[in-house]
Amino acid sequence: MREFLEQSIQPYFNYWVYVILMMIGLWATIAKNNLIKKLIGMSIFQTAIILFYVSVGVKKDSKIPIIPHQVEEHHAAEDGNHAGGHGEHGAKRVTEKHVIEPDKFANPLPHVLMLTAIVVGVSTLGVALAVVQMLFKEFGTLEEDEILAQIKTADSASLDV
Amino acid sequence: MSDQLPIIIVLAPLFGALIIGLVGSRDHRVCVPVVLVALLTSLIAVIGTLTQVLETGPVDYFVGGWEPGKMAPGVHGPVEIAKGFGIQLRVDTLNGFLLLAIAIVSIFVSIFSIRRANQEAASKTPQFYTLYLLLCVGLFGMTITGDAFNLFVLVEVTSLTSYALIAMGRNRRGTMAAFNYILMGTVGASFYLLGVGYLYLKTGSLNMEHIQEVLSANDFEIGRSKPVMVAFVLIMVGIWIKMAFFPLYGWLPNAYSYCPSTSSCLLAPLMTKISVYIMIRVMLSVFGWEWIFIEYAGWSDAVVILAVIAILAGSTLALAQRELKKMLCYLIVAEVGYMVGGAWLGDPERWGMSGAVYHILADAFMTLCLFLCAGIFAKKANATRIEDLSGMFKKMPLTMTGFVVGALAMIGIPPTCGFFSKFYLIRGGIEGGHWEFVIALIISSLVNVVLFFRIFEIAFFGAKPAEGHDHAHHHDEDDHSSNNQDPIDEPTLLEREAPLRSLIPLFGTAAIIILLGVYNGQIVEWIRLTIKP
Repeated sequence: MREFLEQSIQPYFNYWVYVILMMIGLWATIAKNNLIKKLIGMSIFQTAIILFYVSVGVKKDSKIPIIPHQVEEHHAAEDGNHAGGHGEHGAKRVTEKHVIEPDKFANPLPHVLMLTAIVVGVSTLGVALAVVQMLFKEFGTLEEDEILAQIKTADSASLDV
Repeated sequence: MSDQLPIIIVLAPLFGALIIGLVGSRDHRVCVPVVLVALLTSLIAVIGTLTQVLETGPVDYFVGGWEPGKMAPGVHGPVEIAKGFGIQLRVDTLNGFLLLAIAIVSIFVSIFSIRRANQEAASKTPQFYTLYLLLCVGLFGMTITGDAFNLFVLVEVTSLTSYALIAMGRNRRGTMAAFNYILMGTVGASFYLLGVGYLYLKTGSLNMEHIQEVLSANDFEIGRSKPVMVAFVLIMVGIWIKMAFFPLYGWLPNAYSYCPSTSSCLLAPLMTKISVYIMIRVMLSVFGWEWIFIEYAGWSDAVVILAVIAILAGSTLALAQRELKKMLCYLIVAEVGYMVGGAWLGDPERWGMSGAVYHILADAFMTLCLFLCAGIFAKKANATRIEDLSGMFKKMPLTMTGFVVGALAMIGIPPTCGFFSKFYLIRGGIEGGHWEFVIALIISSLVNVVLFFRIFEIAFFGAKPAEGHDHAHHHDEDDHSSNNQDPIDEPTLLEREAPLRSLIPLFGTAAIIILLGVYNGQIVEWIRLTIKP
């Protein structure tokens, strides 16, 4: 048991959490009767994927992915010949001296992608809530079974005519 | 200027949408001209790009100039841009024709929507046209992009606008259908996003071409790993939900049959078809056909069987419908089965894949033709059920002619395009040894014969519906045009027939259906240039 915990759960803890969250969300989307609860499930589902992407970008003992600017200015000032500070030659030298090691920085790309995904998620939720509002105005309820029953009676009424 | 054409295809409708959003609420008459100008700009850009593609091969465009191999400003001086950076747009003979189809369909539907949109969208005309153009942006973008994450964003742009367009109608069942569509569509898009995440984990790239390079390197060293397999399954399930493939089609029939007819005319021909195109693009450009059909050969057989069930189920359910639009919706489910089955028949050297791509084009125009007719019938004659169509040949001969062309194409009678696409698909099925697929196609054609000839019979031999009788049926759609019919003065043909703004797109579509059929050999040859490995 301990071995299982250490080998399978601990190193992939984030991934376990994301799968569990995702399943909770999917279950709520499918099984809940209240439309707002369905939407909450949908949001949990989307957020679980954000957790997945964020976990992908993380590295152990890494820093935030910002390359300090001062280094360049400092070295450019040292090179007396390049008073401009941004000469090609001076910049090249600096790159040679300070090779950026990607392992020391967290991968920013998945995190940036998630900014877009969050925006998409928010706008989906917005549209969905607007539709729910319309449904409430039309049917006077937010329970799915009551709405379906109303539609069914309307259908059979129109068939009788 | 000409090297900027690919981005103009996407940007023109986007700017059009912004202009309508800003100005449209002041004066509603601005909307349609802006829509037409924006879409015509796109059409010209598509034609320009397509001629370039046919002359010199695929056109690549890198948004913002982030082209691999170029120098970009870095913190410590210029840096060479690595492969897989930047968003790539790619036009080749596979998607060039689809871009053309999107442009033509959207222009036709915008002509069809003049005046009609105002009545159907509850006087929210500027909002309707803003969404309309944004939907076109999404569709163009989905088709043109060469970047896996960008594709997700554009899929969501398309889906969000289509949710709103479906919910805009006055029918409350349409609102409920839109809600279900939101739930299903979001789950589908999320699955796709998750799949792209797994691909990124293994390949470190989001560019489709670059992903394929990494996957297939060293005899599929990375391609054989489990995360890639998981990614493939997740992406496929996500796209299948979006295209309403058989077990996942639940959202489609209600959403498309209860929404305003202008929305359904735009959504039904394009949404599912472009999703099928995305599936084919992912299969060919991201994973590569060797990976799918050789490394995991067993999968394709299973998918073809699913497609067979989709075709049979869609056709059977269509038989059971009494409403014209709903019947057409179930036919879409069957048609999606055709295309998915064709694409999974194996080796693209065979005819199945080319047939599927050609069928995307053909089906877009067939579906458009039939939905335009359904829209005209519902508005002008208040006929939404099949039995309401009785005597329609006498009442609206021109519209009915268009309907016959669309129906014959759906059945598959030469020289319409429907015949040739079925011919290529059946040929592919025989080559791949999938006889069940061939049989399902033939059964589905026979069912279509029954479906449409039943309508022809009612429309040709049926008596004219008694005046006032058909109004009792329909509470959902109020119609003013037929109320003022005087029983003494028989209305002339011009009064009975649909207005010119509806007939022009209808006959344009019918002409394209026949032209596509006549020039099928050349078009399929061009498509095969890209498909052939």
